Amino acid sequence: MTLSSSVLSGDRLALARLLTQVENDTLVGRHALDELFPHAGKAHRIGVTGAPGTGKSSLVNQLARYYRRPVDGAAPCRVAIVAVDPTSPFTGGAILGDRVRMRDLAGDPGVFIRSMATRGSLGGLAAATTAVVQVFDAAGFEVIMIETVGAGQAEVDIARLAHTTLVVEAPGLGDDIQAIKAGILEIADVLVVNKADQPGAEVTERILRNMLELAHPANGERFWLPPILSTVATDGRGVPDLAAAIATHREFLQQTGGWHVRERLLLQTEMETILYAALVSRWRAGISEEDYHRILTELLERRISPYQAVERLLP
Amino acid sequence: MTERKIRVLIAKPGLDGHDRGAKVVARALRDAGMEVIYTGLRQTPEMIAEAALQEDVDIVGLSILSGAHLALVPRVIELLKANGQEQVKIFVGGIIPDEDIPQLKGMGVTGVYGPGASTQIIAADIKQLIYG
Repeated sequence: MTLSSSVLSGDRLALARLLTQVENDTLVGRHALDELFPHAGKAHRIGVTGAPGTGKSSLVNQLARYYRRPVDGAAPCRVAIVAVDPTSPFTGGAILGDRVRMRDLAGDPGVFIRSMATRGSLGGLAAATTAVVQVFDAAGFEVIMIETVGAGQAEVDIARLAHTTLVVEAPGLGDDIQAIKAGILEIADVLVVNKADQPGAEVTERILRNMLELAHPANGERFWLPPILSTVATDGRGVPDLAAAIATHREFLQQTGGWHVRERLLLQTEMETILYAALVSRWRAGISEEDYHRILTELLERRISPYQAVERLLP
Repeated sequence: MTERKIRVLIAKPGLDGHDRGAKVVARALRDAGMEVIYTGLRQTPEMIAEAALQEDVDIVGLSILSGAHLALVPRVIELLKANGQEQVKIFVGGIIPDEDIPQLKGMGVTGVYGPGASTQIIAADIKQLIYG
């Protein structure tokens, strides 16, 4: 049995091993991705982002619990969680600590948690995160939650990968609200004020509401105004309402064609990322070390400009 | 292309609540370039084995200060094997009496590191084991 057919038949060890192959961008991983691709495209991808300390992992834990036992009588979903943490630029290592907050999910065969390090990528996700999500999708997980690094700025990767992006805020993290400061308010489909039992929660909510009204003035067209929900992730308060808001967003996307727009954006971005890397590889293979260094030397001696250097480097 | 990353699971099985040592080791292994999945306190052997599988780790580090190592370690080894992960290595840290070390090594534990053990040695041992 191939790795991909084992994954499709529900073998969890095979799934874990395939995720490693995919993460390391091996040939085995690529072939499996090719085989699994037709089986993907069904899952609801939910991104969870927000500054460190806002309680993202605890919230993911509670949401996953909810999806496994929905209160409204809906069927339980199989949930995959991809938790991304930053790789140290100095040592190349990483502490992947998001699982610490997810102990409620232990022992549940319908849940699979995988931690990933960014390995140098800067947009809040690892380069292989999209591929990892695709594997989970093909393996039959109906809900895939992706928790980003959450450093704040430039978290655009998650907006492309997820259908529904949650931006998590918490009161009392400083005078400014992290989401507004960093500009990630734009990518939010749902805003969550977590730790809503802390003082300042109402102020946080009010400021977010004001910012939203400035950013999305009513213009008569159908558009999505991100709802603001309050939660206390440590005890699950507000989570059923949050799940309902996520479901409403999903319906909105499917009714307005937004779902397809996001699928297209994701696949096109993925294809172009692979394309650019392949083009650079091919170019590099077609030029000798001597030629490269000869042209580089001419550039360093200022006999040619950088643009002229590139003209000579290209076939 | 540099060497593939080593993925390490650091867990504290059982009921002891002192995690400073485990965190020190976790940080040291990160500084040595490894990806460390830190699972925190009060892990059951079942939770440890489940995490080891999902994260497809190369090696599991168990931090035990409660004295229950001779019960907990074999249980984790048994569960890893049952999950098809018999090739995953195990090292142990914490309070382990010298007289128990041979027994642990006999079970397949690759290193026993007491208080004051050099984290650089732990990192070097792991690299030796995984990269050869």
